[in-house]
Amino acid sequence: MKTNDIILQTVTKFTLFVIILFSIHLFFAGHYYPGGGFIGGLMTSGAIVLLLLAFDIKTVKMILPVDYLKVVAVGLLFAIGTGAGALFFDKPFLTHAYTYAYLPLLGKTSLHTAVLFDTGVFLVVIGVTMTIIQTIGESE
Amino acid sequence: MNNLIILPILIPLITGVVLIFFTKNIMAQRWISAISALLTIIASFMLAHQVYRNGIQTMDLSNWEAPYGITLVSDMLSALLVLTTSIIAFAALFYSFKSIGEARERFFYYPVVNFLIVGVNGAFTTGDIFNLFVFFEVMLMSSYVLIVLGGTKIQLRESIKYILVNVISSALFVIAVAYLYSVVGTLNMAHISVRLSEIGSAGIITVIAVLFLIVFGLKGAIFPLYFWLPGSYYAPPAPVMALFGALLTKVGVYSITRTYTLFFYHDVGYTHQLLQTLAVMTIIAGVIGALAYTDIKKIIIYNIIVAVGVILFGVSILTPESLTGSIFYLIHDMNIKATLFLLIGIIIVITGTSDLEKISGLINRYPALGWTFFIATAALAGIPPLSGFAGKLMVVRSGFETENYIGAFVVLMSSLLVLFSVMRIFIRGFWGTPRAYKNEERAPVKWLLVAPAILTVFAVLYGFGTEAIYPVISTAAETLANPEIYINAVLKE
Repeated sequence: MKTNDIILQTVTKFTLFVIILFSIHLFFAGHYYPGGGFIGGLMTSGAIVLLLLAFDIKTVKMILPVDYLKVVAVGLLFAIGTGAGALFFDKPFLTHAYTYAYLPLLGKTSLHTAVLFDTGVFLVVIGVTMTIIQTIGESE
Repeated sequence: MNNLIILPILIPLITGVVLIFFTKNIMAQRWISAISALLTIIASFMLAHQVYRNGIQTMDLSNWEAPYGITLVSDMLSALLVLTTSIIAFAALFYSFKSIGEARERFFYYPVVNFLIVGVNGAFTTGDIFNLFVFFEVMLMSSYVLIVLGGTKIQLRESIKYILVNVISSALFVIAVAYLYSVVGTLNMAHISVRLSEIGSAGIITVIAVLFLIVFGLKGAIFPLYFWLPGSYYAPPAPVMALFGALLTKVGVYSITRTYTLFFYHDVGYTHQLLQTLAVMTIIAGVIGALAYTDIKKIIIYNIIVAVGVILFGVSILTPESLTGSIFYLIHDMNIKATLFLLIGIIIVITGTSDLEKISGLINRYPALGWTFFIATAALAGIPPLSGFAGKLMVVRSGFETENYIGAFVVLMSSLLVLFSVMRIFIRGFWGTPRAYKNEERAPVKWLLVAPAILTVFAVLYGFGTEAIYPVISTAAETLANPEIYINAVLKE
């Protein structure tokens, strides 16, 4: 019997963006407020899981044609690259650099390489969570 | 400041990540991991050279000074262990190319091996007790994957046991670190040592010392915590077994050595006496196992336990000579266990069985394999010019000097019984009437023999070059015997 999920699917379409916006907010707030790459990544994968619940694996793969294992690898490259970048400046591994810059629209903003590291964490968490869920979901 | 120290960790880490992109291209995976393993050997050799020339090398990660950030510390001991690890990793990888099989290679075998090396090299190099925990987990998670990869029934069963034991011991590790942190308020190992010597010998510190012994004893398989090891190491294929047998338990042994020489040297009467008793029991338990089985894998697995006991017996005596002996024996044992596992891997490939009753007469068809195995077993037992001799001699001599007659006697007897247990493989398996085996024709024996043969050459050179290596090893032992050298290098006082 095929049930009609129209309400769930419609609500998902709206909620999805709210969740993703919130996760991005958490991600960028991480330096000054509670949050960061880990919780941000978990929330984003939470949004994708909601998509998986409302639709099915095939549809979600069509919407987001991503190999999540590659996402993990790219995330790790981000994190390692940020750390190893310090080696080129003759500083110890993982030494971060920061600067204050005047960006259009945002005004005076602190730019910190820790964000790049956090991006790595963010991607790894999304990749790992989604790989686990998809693998379990697909196996018979 | 010295970035060389991070390279043995960084190179395999980057390689492991890059290999994820090439999972379907097996040739690329092999080439990349072989080249990176070579680079790791070169980097760790340069590191060891630098440590020998300029004393202990430290590196404050993130440029935060010593007690506040994570410090990587490479003293002679850890530099030597990192070098040994890199060589063994290269040998095991080279062996894997022809033996591990495409099915495993497609499913992240090479990335995971690289992550295992990251964990082991990191655990040897770190100077922060919680970072040590993290590297333990990196190493253990890779080993969970390696033990289950392939998905045969025995692997699934044994991996459940292995994971269960290690999860429990990791939880205990966290608890032990939490206790220690609540007493001393720092995680940097040099700083912990300073704080502990300010406190002196309080009862709680002895409790924590014993808790650490339980934790690392579970990882390093000492009596009575070795129960998981024979089953778990039996399951995976030969190159994985070689990596496990050579590296994983030795990280536990190294951690016991480090904590018992750097932290807990105040109430030696209790803690080191306990360590000594357990070490002697470990030797006895291992020898009994090695004699009891007629399965070649089981025999070598129980020999790991014997070696763990011998090394820790040397550590528990805590004289410069016994520590030198222990380090000598530790490096020899990593090398020779990898060699033996790779060699019995070849025997299993040829005969299709690990049951000694079903093997005989291999020497007629495979003389090179036979004599390599013979030399490796002689080195394992410690026949004089070979590599196992000097370490054991120093351990036994300092055992007698400090009037630990029973322990020293047990170590001596264990040599004999270890020799007997492995000679049995040689006599029954290689001598006797030749038999025909099913898979014989297809076995790439010559190719597989390269890696263990090179390791055997190392064992021989290590034995003959004892005189040349002695100053290096005794530098390592000196740091262990005088924690001040380590502390001053890290805290730069």
